[in-house]
Amino acid sequence: MREKIKLWLWLACINLFISAFTFGGGYVVVPMIRKYFVEKKHLFDEEELIRMAAIAQSTPGAIAVNMASLAGYRAAGMVGLVISGICSVIPPLVILSVVSKWYAAVAANTVIAAVLKGMQAGVAALIVDFVVDMTRAVLKERSPLLSTMTAVVFAISFLTDTNIAVILLVCCGLCAGRVWFRKRGEIYG
Amino acid sequence: MGRLLQLAVTFFQIGLFSIGGGYAIIPLIQEQVVERFAWVSQKTFTDIITISQMTPGPLAVNTSTFIGIQIAGIPGAVLATFGCVISGISISAFLYRLFQRYHKSEYIMEILNGLKAASLGLIISAALTILLLSFTGTSVISEIKTADWTAAVIFLCSFFVLRKWKANPVAVMIGTGIVGGVIYTLF
Repeated sequence: MREKIKLWLWLACINLFISAFTFGGGYVVVPMIRKYFVEKKHLFDEEELIRMAAIAQSTPGAIAVNMASLAGYRAAGMVGLVISGICSVIPPLVILSVVSKWYAAVAANTVIAAVLKGMQAGVAALIVDFVVDMTRAVLKERSPLLSTMTAVVFAISFLTDTNIAVILLVCCGLCAGRVWFRKRGEIYG
Repeated sequence: MGRLLQLAVTFFQIGLFSIGGGYAIIPLIQEQVVERFAWVSQKTFTDIITISQMTPGPLAVNTSTFIGIQIAGIPGAVLATFGCVISGISISAFLYRLFQRYHKSEYIMEILNGLKAASLGLIISAALTILLLSFTGTSVISEIKTADWTAAVIFLCSFFVLRKWKANPVAVMIGTGIVGGVIYTLF
């Protein structure tokens, strides 16, 4: 029981901490979770992390919150999910509640803008760093279909305004179709 | 009470339909809070987006807190925020359990592989967008006019310490924030 409570407390603190530094979009949470959950605490492995990131992204809602909740669920079940979900929204909730009173002053502050410009370059580095590892993981599957899918999804998403739900559905359909054809081949072939 | 319920329901809908996150969902939120309910003006909405980018946390969460507190104080902020994230948390947990439970099914595993490949494509696209924004101030290639070499140097240094020493991501955020704050304020 003591161990469990310790884990819950750790989950609460780490999610408050990570969430307070989630500038520049939700993706930055993935490398942060990797650092603390995978590299420091060994609660799950890299493969699992990539799986979670894929699910968090293919689901409605904020990627950062989905990702934090899934990591909490993997580490400590339903309780972990609830603790992580709540703790990952507390920092933005508190900060925005305070800022909303003086938002005009904050929006016009040049020092804050300068700090954020610096952080944006840092966020870019964090995401590119993660992308390098994730690309290796997908290439390791040695599947021409999956590698092509990554490239095509990238091109569509970067160059057009196609709805992401549609892109994801088509990809799921193609993969399911491939299994179906393979199975049929086993029966008749 | 009616107002609180309306806030919770509206942000629940926004959460449910905002797949992919980030900037793609701005029009969706705008349609609800500016055009449909007129909770805030277009000007305030633009300010909210700016503020959301300046503070930590997902855009949808920040916007729901901000509008919630303006419309119905602290209870409004809490309700709108939780309304916004609850569907995402439940659906991802459901999918995750589904994939865990049927990990022996060829269909389920192949679909998960597809989602991994697609999600990598989307993350690469997000990475390129933020790189372009950081270096040039715009993410549209045809609109690029200037290059920010300071940002490029900050990026390269951060990338180097991440690859070489697996630097702590939070340390990278704080470091780049301080460097950016000093350089961009002084020069």
